[in-house]
Amino acid sequence: MAVNATLNAPEAEPVTVTQAGGRKFWSVLTRSKWVTVGLAIFVLYVIMAIIGPMIAPYDPQGQDYTAVMQPPSPAHWLGTTQLGQDVLSQLLVGFGPTLELGFLAGVIATALSIIIGVSSGYYAGSAGEGLSLLSNVFLVIPQLPLLVVIYALDPKASLWVYAVALAALGWAWGARVLRAQTIALANQDFVLAAKASGEPAWRIILFEILPNELPVLATSFVFTVIGAIGSYVALSFVGLVNLSSQNWGVMLYYAFNAQAVSENAWWWYVPPGIAVAIILLGLVMLNFGIDEFINPRLKAAGISRKQMKAASLNPGVTPVVRRVRDTAPAGGPAGAETVRSARRTK
Amino acid sequence: MSADTTDRQPVLDIRGLCVDYGYGDAATHAVIEADLTLHRGEVVGLAGESGSGKSTIAYGATRLLRQPGVVTDGIVRFTPDAGKPDETIDILEASPQQLRAIRWSDIALVFQAAMNSLNPVMSVQAQLIDTLAAHGRGASRRERIDRAGELLELVGISQDRLKSFPHELSGGMKQRVMIALALALEPQVVIMDEPTTALDVVTQRQIMEQIMGLRDRLGFSVLFITHDLSLLLEMADTIAIMYAGRIVETAPARQLFHAPRHPYTAALLDSFPSLHGERTVMTGIPGSPPDMRKPPAGCAFADRCKFALDRCTADQPVLSSPAIKADGRRQVACWLHEENELPEPLAAPEPAVQAAGAAPEGGSK
Amino acid sequence: MRYVLRRIGFYLVTVWAAVTINFFIPRLMPGNPVDIMVSKLSANGGLVNPGTVASLRAQFGMGANTSLLSQYFQYWDQLFHGNLGKSIGQYPATVVSVIGQHLPWTIGLIGSAVVIAFIVGTVIGTYSAWRRGTWLDSALPVSAFLQALPYFWLGLVAVQVFALNLGWFPRDLGGSTLGASTTMSWSFVGDASYHALLPAITIVLTSLSGWMVGQRNMMITTLDQDYVLVAQAKGVSPRRVMWLYAARNAILPQFASFAVALGLVVSGSLVVELVFNYPGIGTLLLNAVGNEDYTLMQGIFLVITLTVLAANFLADIAYVILDPRARQEA
Repeated sequence: MAVNATLNAPEAEPVTVTQAGGRKFWSVLTRSKWVTVGLAIFVLYVIMAIIGPMIAPYDPQGQDYTAVMQPPSPAHWLGTTQLGQDVLSQLLVGFGPTLELGFLAGVIATALSIIIGVSSGYYAGSAGEGLSLLSNVFLVIPQLPLLVVIYALDPKASLWVYAVALAALGWAWGARVLRAQTIALANQDFVLAAKASGEPAWRIILFEILPNELPVLATSFVFTVIGAIGSYVALSFVGLVNLSSQNWGVMLYYAFNAQAVSENAWWWYVPPGIAVAIILLGLVMLNFGIDEFINPRLKAAGISRKQMKAASLNPGVTPVVRRVRDTAPAGGPAGAETVRSARRTK
Repeated sequence: MSADTTDRQPVLDIRGLCVDYGYGDAATHAVIEADLTLHRGEVVGLAGESGSGKSTIAYGATRLLRQPGVVTDGIVRFTPDAGKPDETIDILEASPQQLRAIRWSDIALVFQAAMNSLNPVMSVQAQLIDTLAAHGRGASRRERIDRAGELLELVGISQDRLKSFPHELSGGMKQRVMIALALALEPQVVIMDEPTTALDVVTQRQIMEQIMGLRDRLGFSVLFITHDLSLLLEMADTIAIMYAGRIVETAPARQLFHAPRHPYTAALLDSFPSLHGERTVMTGIPGSPPDMRKPPAGCAFADRCKFALDRCTADQPVLSSPAIKADGRRQVACWLHEENELPEPLAAPEPAVQAAGAAPEGGSK
Repeated sequence: MRYVLRRIGFYLVTVWAAVTINFFIPRLMPGNPVDIMVSKLSANGGLVNPGTVASLRAQFGMGANTSLLSQYFQYWDQLFHGNLGKSIGQYPATVVSVIGQHLPWTIGLIGSAVVIAFIVGTVIGTYSAWRRGTWLDSALPVSAFLQALPYFWLGLVAVQVFALNLGWFPRDLGGSTLGASTTMSWSFVGDASYHALLPAITIVLTSLSGWMVGQRNMMITTLDQDYVLVAQAKGVSPRRVMWLYAARNAILPQFASFAVALGLVVSGSLVVELVFNYPGIGTLLLNAVGNEDYTLMQGIFLVITLTVLAANFLADIAYVILDPRARQEA
């Protein structure tokens, strides 16, 4: 009797690929606490970038030699620099360039990583392998020394140049992740079906593959923005950007070189650092939220912290939480037994 | 492999087991008041479709269910010593330490996905001796390695595979290693959850024969979980059918096959062909199982049942002896048996009791 | 074996790419690097004579009529002889000797910080996934916060608070006490370690969260694997399940992501050196930029890249040792 009387296909783990990937992604994301806080920070920064220059109380470059290295006071809420510039005003005009740079670099790098990552995953064979090798090489080569070259080439280079350079050095991680995703997706039934029905490759990539890569795309975008902002602030701090430009890293450069640390002028170098840290924190939180979407195990829905704690204290032992039932008085099975015999004798 | 060769002493007795996924109002009731008894040396088959809760019974009873699984009621009485039937342990009340001692040395499991059951970074030998060491078997490492070799030979794998890693083994070999692992401590109960589903038909067959051969030699009891009812008819002594979290019928394999008493069992038997019997029209079961977050008040099968009565949608039937009495070893949860007349498909006469040792052979009369 | 060969091939390609980029760096600079360097050298008070100019030309392979290709081969030839030219800023010291003085500081500081961050991050990540729902859950928001702090800025704050205000760490920044002998002795090692402590803590704090989150996420995924359930069903002790079955598998992707993380950590750490006035490669590089010392920049870039590659290679070896699938992939 070698008949396979299968009632159902064996319970295989479903692939978390949804045709309507985008909409679901968004609706799940907005319910995540990480994403809510992260987005709130981001929106706040966008608002500050717009109104910052308008509400700045002083000219950020304007020097007042009567108020040099002043600690916070009603006239200068965040004190003044060694040249008597208002720290708050400098801080307020710094929002714009920081976001602009991060966003530009993120968009360019994501575009690069889509082009290189998706095509290297979609086209198997030596072309794909070659592109994958390229991204691995870019992953390993440290960025900083190469960025130094840009400064040496043109010490007055604009923000755009840095955005392009940071993107050119920062696309590789996204490309690698997208390549792996694309390889997995390219073997999915719906992609194979589209291929079989003769759809052109660009349509398959644009309408079948990319929508399903949205979460990964989002993390790689946010990741690049974090990296770009961090690198740009660091570059500015070491004086490798146009030092007449306004940004938080340049503030830190001047503070450091004016011995703000040994002078204990904390009001000068602490605010720009916190400003950087908060936007990066928001972006990191956004990424945590997206991670939880990609890997729902990270979130453990439906379980309270207390229950999770109880379980983690005895890993591998299912808890027994007896339900209080109104039908049977006590001791479940005995109670059930009585109910049963009562029914039988009816 | 007939149950008649045993003294019918329960080794694992599950009473009123309830298992939920999640807590409170959002909980899904995966297993509801399940009763199941595994006797010494017996092979009990548990069949049902995906999501019926068949695996959940096994994992719940051994408390291996992962988050958010939680056992909400019941008793799982395990009798470790055949000589002392009165000394039992309630697994649901056992401490983690007690459980760890029982696990594997008394109750072992073979999981569905052989592919993922072995730790990919440990050699076969390391995983075998890890198990032996965890329970203090074998005086020295040398002894444990020897025992690991014996175990591999037991399932027909050569000793020189000891140093192999899981990725170097075929799917069938991995499942054999899992069986060797399950038998490492000579457990009294082996729970097998779809042990052959991921394998091809030929390998499936070989593994099943091996399992049954080993059972005859070593005499452990088996709780066999599968959606493959035909496989159970061939190898199980007793079969329990699950539907929507409840056990709806239990009976000796032959009786269940020839004389199903529950409409769901009858429908299941109609939905696959018999190689030996005459050609019959195969019928599927219309409809789909209920949402287990809100199980219906009455019988969960009622809205798919051809014979449903008014009462079926209102009251929950309980597992009890059917109207047509046999040897008292079968039970069914269906209100139809309280009616004066049973529908014809549920009223087949009990097959004659066969002599010990003869397998219930589906339809070969 | 195939895996190993592929990786070796990858390293060869990467080294080639790094050297080639390096070759082009001075050639991308505006103007003639030799002229710039000659003027720089004389401005520095260096002795410029026709011999120096000729040797500079030779060093850059910019002799009058040499083609780019032959310059390129000449460059490789010099590399194989361990010749990276002479530093402009510290003429006539060779780049190799200048880097040689600073590299041990960097490797000592960043190397040990990376190793410590990796170990601590991995251990916290493992525990926080194992004990979910406990206070260890706060590891996640804390690590998000640490991930967001710029390395160098945390360094600035640390110097202010712990070195200058509280005096727990040496007020005189740098690698060791100023003027003290730097010959190998116990007192030197103690002094250097004391000086390295605060920068090391800064780097560890800002870089460990990446490892932590990575390990936590992988652990949570791994804990759902059947082999972990089997281990629990086998009655193996929880500690053994956690380390030998779950963490042991979860750590493997960590080695794969080592490459990504290391580049970022090194870039960040080089800037930290500046804050602490640490006599390592980072400070050297930034001084070289200030001095327009192209030969030195070029050499430093090459050395940093090769060191990162070497570290990646070590991570790869560790991966091959830890994962039998990579070891035996035929």
